[in-house]
Amino acid sequence: MKIEEKLFLTPFKPDESASHLIVRFQEVCAQSCEGRPCTSFCPAHVYEWEGDHISVAYNGCLECGACGIGCPFGNIEWRYPRGGFGVQYRYG
Amino acid sequence: MEEEKFDAIVVGAGPAGAAAALTLARAGLEVALIERGSYPGAKNVMGGILYGHHMEQLVERFWEKAPLERHISERRFWLLDGDSVTSLAYKSQRFCAEPYNAFTVLRAKFDRWLAGKAEEAGALLLCDTVVTDVIRRDGKVVGIRTGQEDGDLYAGVVIAADGVNSLLAKATGLHAELPADRVALAVKEIIALPREKIEDRFALDGNEGTAIEVFGEATAGMFGTGFIYTNGESLSLGLGAVLSDFVKTGLKPYDLIERFKANPMVRRLIAGGESKEYMAHLIPEGGYDHVPPLYTDGLMVAGDAAGLVNSVHIEGSNLAMTSGRLAAETAIEAKEKGDFSAATLAGYQRRLEESFIMADLKKYRRAPAFFESHPDLFGSYPEMVNAALSELITVDGLTKAEKQKRILEMVARSRPIWNMAGDLAGIWRALA
Repeated sequence: MKIEEKLFLTPFKPDESASHLIVRFQEVCAQSCEGRPCTSFCPAHVYEWEGDHISVAYNGCLECGACGIGCPFGNIEWRYPRGGFGVQYRYG
Repeated sequence: MEEEKFDAIVVGAGPAGAAAALTLARAGLEVALIERGSYPGAKNVMGGILYGHHMEQLVERFWEKAPLERHISERRFWLLDGDSVTSLAYKSQRFCAEPYNAFTVLRAKFDRWLAGKAEEAGALLLCDTVVTDVIRRDGKVVGIRTGQEDGDLYAGVVIAADGVNSLLAKATGLHAELPADRVALAVKEIIALPREKIEDRFALDGNEGTAIEVFGEATAGMFGTGFIYTNGESLSLGLGAVLSDFVKTGLKPYDLIERFKANPMVRRLIAGGESKEYMAHLIPEGGYDHVPPLYTDGLMVAGDAAGLVNSVHIEGSNLAMTSGRLAAETAIEAKEKGDFSAATLAGYQRRLEESFIMADLKKYRRAPAFFESHPDLFGSYPEMVNAALSELITVDGLTKAEKQKRILEMVARSRPIWNMAGDLAGIWRALA
């Protein structure tokens, strides 16, 4: 089962107004970060290298907080989504 | 406008926060319980084991009322590699009788129920509300700022039970971001199976259940474990490993969980099951040395927010509930005295230190660093044990003396004897 299918199982209430995840400086990802580990360790595959920048699919975020801690450059600003938005586990 | 003031505001309606709010409301205090999800449990994840002892200190005979999945009668510990498993299991009839030792739960249901108990006792539950900061006056915490309009709320004391990514513990400077080698990243799936299938596959009588902890292959040798727990009509299956190992290895959590599910020893247990939900969560595993200061003027920190997790015994929710209750008892005392300063809230630290919580964390304070610096314990040992047992059990014409020699050679090849002696001494020091 692919990650896209897994995320399809989990209910989300997307917040279209703004991302709660922000890559602070794209130049750091482009120039300084070799492995770009966020593209592999994020369990929701929120981060993807697009050849010249990191894209952030924040509406599939499982809100674990790993990116804020795991980014080797401290380059990801992690916040909670707005109240009531984001992931809504039915089982947990 | 007159500002609305509570005796206490509890942030986070997980086990720590709900336990705190329940205890406060029962004592007659005005308490608000704030939750960022649309309902308590919407954001909450754990492997799924709830211990009964500390739960019963909150709600008597809770097993008659709470939404529990199964009482656990068997614990298995697996050393797993690609095609075999060595299993140590303990099952007892004793665990099938009241008051029961442990249960499997689904947090979205359980947390809602426990927060509901706090509401019944008189707590005001406010969902859909993110707390963005504390409000200070003369250096003391006197309330919280929420994402809502006119969303400032005031109280004598704030209890931060806002989980592993505790914004309040950071906002008050009690602790900084956790380091990546002291936090585990865990992923989990709920796999639906008919009740009878689960009971047949795990040899369960009625509502009893099995919990399996898995070492080795589940985390591809990273510092961590996998798990398979039986619920009423589903399995909780997942794995967790220290975040820095994920960063280092480039392993993807969702690929690992697929690999775990495809392992022949696991495949049999989940065959025919349907995945219902996929989730992820962090676990603060720094232990004693990473527990932050637990209080300041007007605020206490409980549960995961305070790093109160016993990673050696895989216990968290019981520490969370107990810490929430002890914070509440301290707040009740503070209310009686009319003094919510750090001097009174120091009683929370004292209560925690007199409880099993700090005693257990202190006992294992060396464990996180030891296991982190011995990653091959989780990689090479399960394989070694399986290979040795395979050799011992296989009848292939070799004499038993030749078999013993082969096993010793194989063991020495995969790990020199003096290294193993060091490992054993280290494990003893870390756990004894």
